[in-house]
Amino acid sequence: MANAIDRRDFLKLTAISGLGVVFASALPGMARAAAQDEFYFVQLSDTHWGFEGPPNPDAKGTLKKAVAAVNSLEREPDFIVFTGDLTHTTDSPVERRRRMSEFREIVKDLKAKTVRFMPGEHDASLDNGKAFQEFFGATHYTFDHKGVHFIVLDNVSDPRAQLGDAQLTWLAADLRQQKQDAPIVVFTHRPLFDLVPQWDWATRDGAKAVDLLLPYKNVTVFYGHIHQEHHHMTGHIAHHAAKGLMFPLPAPGSQPNRAPLPWDPAEPYKGLGFREIDAEVEEAEYNITEYPAVKKA
Amino acid sequence: MNARRRSVVFGAMAAAFGIGTAGAYVAAESAQPKEKVIKITAKRFAYAPGHVTVKKSVPLVFELTSLDVLMGFSLPDFNMRADMVPGKVTRLRLVPDKAGTFVFLCDIFCGSGHEEMSGKLTVVD
Repeated sequence: MANAIDRRDFLKLTAISGLGVVFASALPGMARAAAQDEFYFVQLSDTHWGFEGPPNPDAKGTLKKAVAAVNSLEREPDFIVFTGDLTHTTDSPVERRRRMSEFREIVKDLKAKTVRFMPGEHDASLDNGKAFQEFFGATHYTFDHKGVHFIVLDNVSDPRAQLGDAQLTWLAADLRQQKQDAPIVVFTHRPLFDLVPQWDWATRDGAKAVDLLLPYKNVTVFYGHIHQEHHHMTGHIAHHAAKGLMFPLPAPGSQPNRAPLPWDPAEPYKGLGFREIDAEVEEAEYNITEYPAVKKA
Repeated sequence: MNARRRSVVFGAMAAAFGIGTAGAYVAAESAQPKEKVIKITAKRFAYAPGHVTVKKSVPLVFELTSLDVLMGFSLPDFNMRADMVPGKVTRLRLVPDKAGTFVFLCDIFCGSGHEEMSGKLTVVD
């Protein structure tokens, strides 16, 4: 596939030239069960629609700019996934639904055949995911795409930040249907491992999910919640956190609290962005390219 | 070991060491410091008190309650947590075995100020 070779070369070029950040998650144990296509998808996260405050003076404009930036990508992604905190929390069920409605209206302009959603604690923890389900459907589910098995886990509808026994049982049953070398990608909002429990950057029973995933050779996790790019390994499983699209948060454990980083007028939108993930299914390899939230003129 | 057997053994030990029952009781009391009770309330989105100072190795019992909604009290550095339930006191026991200042935080999402809801436990030597 000539185009795929060109694309890899392009990724290497961007890494060398500093035009973008590329992180190759080369997984051991290659999945070679069947010839599959390469494809790419886009991850957006933590848009916090409805937030207002000094950390983002363009709170009402950033998401729209990010949609435009995604739409300007060279190729249309196979799908787009939002990994939670679509909206900023509110006590009002009416306001929550208004924010979800506005968010949905904005992102309908994304150019992609499929856009998938999952909740963050700001969307779902105050009503156990009720409003989210009304607007976006199930909070945990699976789908398959070109040979990759995708699992969406919900660790936020329970305000205790846990998956719960029922979902873990569901996950175990789903995994039993997979071959041990199947390419598996997990989407979730909170980290499944204890990144910084002192900042609530953890999932209470996340270790149980990781234990269920560990027997599978080709598992990669993409998540949000921490509003910055971050990479971590639990055994052979790579966990990649995405930037947010409302305000960046400090590096894990770098200061006493996790208050949003201040807006920098000299570098507006700094720390905000989205990413594309190129899946090379046969090699079970995922190349990540980070993009700024706003396309430079 | 049943109660009668324990009594016999204790009596034999007291006789062997030449101490009376009352003296043995006082010695046991002084070896086991009394628990220090620390009452903490939670109200969106703060704890009161927000900073607690205690002594290392002195047993503590936190008496936790929420004044509004369900909250969490998590002390990750001691690997312990409890729910803070409105109208109910939850007791959480700790014998701090290390000095320093440690964060306690709400680990049950409670609204727009949840991320700022934390306090400090300082343990001094």
